[in-house]
Amino acid sequence: MIRIRGLTKRYGANTVLDAIDLDIEAGERVVIIGPSGTGKSTLLRCVNYLDRPDIGVIRIGDLTVDAAKARPAEILALRRRTAFVFQNYSLFANRTARENITEALITVQGKSREEADARADAILLDIGLADRANAYPAALSGGQQQRIGIGRAMALDAGLMLIDEPTSALDPEWVGEVLDLMRRVAERRQTMLIVTHEMQFAREIADRVIFMDGGRIVEQGPPAQLFDAPRDKRTESFLRRVR
Amino acid sequence: MRALDLDYMLGLVPVILGYVPLTLGMALAAMVGALALASLMAVERVVRVPVLDGVVQLFISFFRGTPLLVQLFLFYYGLPQIIPVLAGINGVTAAILGLTLHFSAYMAESIRAAILGVDRSQWEAAQAVGMTQTQSMRRIILPQAARVAAPTLVNYFIDMIKSTSLAFTLGVTEMMGATQKEAAGSFLYFEAFLVVAVLYWAIVEILSFLQKRLEFHLTKALAR
Repeated sequence: MIRIRGLTKRYGANTVLDAIDLDIEAGERVVIIGPSGTGKSTLLRCVNYLDRPDIGVIRIGDLTVDAAKARPAEILALRRRTAFVFQNYSLFANRTARENITEALITVQGKSREEADARADAILLDIGLADRANAYPAALSGGQQQRIGIGRAMALDAGLMLIDEPTSALDPEWVGEVLDLMRRVAERRQTMLIVTHEMQFAREIADRVIFMDGGRIVEQGPPAQLFDAPRDKRTESFLRRVR
Repeated sequence: MRALDLDYMLGLVPVILGYVPLTLGMALAAMVGALALASLMAVERVVRVPVLDGVVQLFISFFRGTPLLVQLFLFYYGLPQIIPVLAGINGVTAAILGLTLHFSAYMAESIRAAILGVDRSQWEAAQAVGMTQTQSMRRIILPQAARVAAPTLVNYFIDMIKSTSLAFTLGVTEMMGATQKEAAGSFLYFEAFLVVAVLYWAIVEILSFLQKRLEFHLTKALAR
């Protein structure tokens, strides 16, 4: 299980994350919604230290990382227990689709090339891109790139998958295939923390939905409750606007 | 104006061609050294190691800020007076050393710019999958930077080949040195230097052609 306490991130005088507390159970699928600029993406990026939080403790399993004294080795260990899916895919431009998946398996996890290739091929088959294995990212559509991005995260077998607005940068025609793949990953009870603006998708796959505003968690609960009977006025007004 | 002595010129071609291996050998050795040194300095300039960063900046500033000929004289004629171990240094070694240091300063700046030109997202993706800084740099960032920097680096190599002619001032008989000796014997200075000029030109043209092929090859891999 994942335990986040007091996670705080400031840029100058601007507090982007204001002492976030959040627990996520193993296998739980948590979706974060909220207006732009309220710290949703920053929360994800602070959980794996892509952005270093100013204050706060993150515990994943037996690993505890305290922002006040986090050493590089702890940050590395934290990243190796999480997988990240980026809004802009961020595939390695100098690696083929298959190599994007095998890269970390070999360099980080120390698997043999054969083992890594076998895993990558299984995933490519799973995500429907076996025929694009040797293509470079530049030769793939946005939807295909994001599916590889998700495949790369799947291959890591991480305790927690952090997914940052996976469909926001996509042309509308590719959104469906990416959401379909994410639904399938979610069905396997992969522990996930997802930031998204796809409300219908959130309602379908989330065990819990969190509404964030102004760097704080305003309200959270099961999708039916949060979407249909929000308790906070800010949640209600946000939902009215996005519908 | 007198007529050119074409027979003399034709006869000179094979003589000077005999020194092409030495010229190219010096350039190649200096290129390998300069590439290695420049890559290290470029990575350092990006990562910024305290103290070392100052040393690297000073190095780059000095070798870009002073003429190559002055640097070569400093190494060959000057340094052995201060450091006796270097007294036995021969012209070829001194020239390779000078070219290496001089060009590494320029190349470090190109490589640094190429590294900084690699999209930030590539760093983030490498970090996110748990790669160390060194792994990210070596496996993801540098290969992409190399593609960007390659054409510029070939330009420096071309420049380096031409600069090996300065080695003749250190008493090295390479293409330029050999020409100088031939001309001194025949007094046909114009013919002799015209021949060597054309030969340098030909070498550079061949390399420029290869450079275009390389550029095409490198961009193809990343294009649709």
